[in-house]
Amino acid sequence: MNLLNAILIGFKEIQAHKFRSVLTMLGIILGVSSLVAMSALVKGMEVGATEALVAIGGLQKFRIEPQAVPIEQRHLRDQAVGLKLQDVWALSHNAYLITNISPEMQIPRPTISANGKNSRPWICAGAWPVVLEMYEHEIAHGRMFNQLDDEMARSVCVIGTTLRDELFGSPEETGEEIVPLGETININGQAFTIIGMFKHYESEQERREREWAAAQPRELRTGPTRNRGRGGQRGNFVFRLKNNSVYVPLNTARLKLLSGTAGTEPTLTSIEVQLVDVTRMNQAIQQVRNVMMSTHKGIEDFQFRTQEEWAENINTFIRNARLSGGTIAAISLLVGGIGIMNIMLASISGRIREIGIRKAVGATTSDVFIQILIESVVVAILGGLVGLLASWGLVQVIGQISPTENEPIITATALAIAFSFSVIVGILAGLLPAVKAARLHPIGALRYE
Amino acid sequence: MALVELRDVTKIYRLGGEEIRALDGVTLDIHAGDFISIIGPSGSGKSTLMHILGCLDSPTGGTICLDGTMIHDATPRQLAQIRNRQIGFVFQFFNLLPKFNVLQNVELPMLYSGTPGRERHERAMEALKQVGLQDRSKHRPSQLSGGQQQRVAIARALVNNPKIIFADEPTGNLDSHTGERILELFHTLSQQGRTIILVTHDPEIAAVTPRRIEIRDGKIADKIDEKLAGLDRPIARQVGAGGGLPQAS
Repeated sequence: MNLLNAILIGFKEIQAHKFRSVLTMLGIILGVSSLVAMSALVKGMEVGATEALVAIGGLQKFRIEPQAVPIEQRHLRDQAVGLKLQDVWALSHNAYLITNISPEMQIPRPTISANGKNSRPWICAGAWPVVLEMYEHEIAHGRMFNQLDDEMARSVCVIGTTLRDELFGSPEETGEEIVPLGETININGQAFTIIGMFKHYESEQERREREWAAAQPRELRTGPTRNRGRGGQRGNFVFRLKNNSVYVPLNTARLKLLSGTAGTEPTLTSIEVQLVDVTRMNQAIQQVRNVMMSTHKGIEDFQFRTQEEWAENINTFIRNARLSGGTIAAISLLVGGIGIMNIMLASISGRIREIGIRKAVGATTSDVFIQILIESVVVAILGGLVGLLASWGLVQVIGQISPTENEPIITATALAIAFSFSVIVGILAGLLPAVKAARLHPIGALRYE
Repeated sequence: MALVELRDVTKIYRLGGEEIRALDGVTLDIHAGDFISIIGPSGSGKSTLMHILGCLDSPTGGTICLDGTMIHDATPRQLAQIRNRQIGFVFQFFNLLPKFNVLQNVELPMLYSGTPGRERHERAMEALKQVGLQDRSKHRPSQLSGGQQQRVAIARALVNNPKIIFADEPTGNLDSHTGERILELFHTLSQQGRTIILVTHDPEIAAVTPRRIEIRDGKIADKIDEKLAGLDRPIARQVGAGGGLPQAS
């Protein structure tokens, strides 16, 4: 008996027991679709995380942060100086493995007001102009403050689009893009002039969504609007962080916003350092540490934070997500396989006479074996194909309801793996029933009632 | 040389600790073109004999030679091939596949002999024509009467051009009129030169065949029970006189 015939007989069996076959396939369908959907979700997260990593400036940098003096140096606590601008000078002259260095001074509890509205940005910091390169910022309107603005401690600032949205109105609300260059805003009660605005940062998916929304006709809304709490909070954290930033020159921050520290050497909240070469991260950290140890007189009141840890976290998270999702999908495939085996065994008990007839007219043991196996594989393959279709729908549903901001991405690899798994499950589930059927003795089978 | 030669064939079943000698030293020759009925009371071993002759079962002892091939020690695969190419079966309960139509049922043996699709179709139609059912090829077995179903089964037995056709109580499940039709069909096939072996306990059927073999307690009986073999019936004399075939030994 040739393969084509066996496959046709398999289809005939399925056709003859439609409902039973659909129930049998359901396990495989669920298994395959959950496998594909899971991998699509993880892939989406991976893409989102990579996008965010690039947006924050890549792996090629680390941050120096202040740290409590270690316990063995507690007695020197009063001599700890904290991060100072002299560290920055020392590093830029002595640590040749770093290309850029950006001191930052966070303004505590910033409140920005203008137009009768208040806003609290996530990042409000005094910085050098180099901060632009450090965080991959792009000026869309106006200009960045320069060294002269810093030296003169001019009251100028560069803002992200979130501040513009909250104080002057977002493009979605007003229907046009407001560029508030030259406007005056109050940061903690001090007047600043906006001289530049960053571009609006968003992930690929957010951009598509926004463009789609822009293409839709605007519905006329009347009456009061209500903030539903989560509204406007969508988007990848990194992009939201970058949009919700305000920078002023470092000196301005020190003199106008942190005037309590004026006169003394200002303490920095962090120093961001960019490397020549990401592969020499450890050497660079060691170099920076050596320099800092000498400027800090051996008191280690600073620590290093690399993006590698973050990347590592992302990888760990994705691996865990894959593992748990894969386990769930594998279990449902297994259950589907057991379902097939169960149904095949039951159907063989109902078909003993048929097998006897086939053997009487000349079917060999292997003919019967192959026939039953192929029936099982045909069920599994059909289930697998339907499962692939179902996975597409499942991904759409998950995309609608999931809290993650990353659009699930179905990959060809995931489809191929899920499908081949369903075939393997079909073969494994068919083996036992096929052996059982093939071993039947023709006379016993013919007499079976 | 005979088509089938049985020499001292025994078949022993073991049920629990008990030995049952279903066949006990059967020696028998069947010649090409024979039309034989195997008769005997139920439990006598006639079905066992047919199963062994039909390669559905292997004997415990003795030798069987089918058309020059020793089949008593053949592998299951060889037996399957012999069943497929050299032997046709007709059963009491028709044993058609209910999910397949008549044509597909007749094509079934050719599926296992690797006959190409077009030839399969042609030969199946030809076999159906021989049994007079060529216009029912698309029907399901359940849509046919018992006699028609048995004809389909006969067509299926014929389709691979076997050397021997075995029929196990072929009329046992049919009314007497339909049964006669089926017997006429076997008679016609016999006259075409086919070797046919009927297993029956019905004297009316045994009366049709020129040669009768009676099995009693697993052995071939020396003397035919005339009543069981239907020799006292007029039809037997008629066929026996006309056919001139050798009588039971």
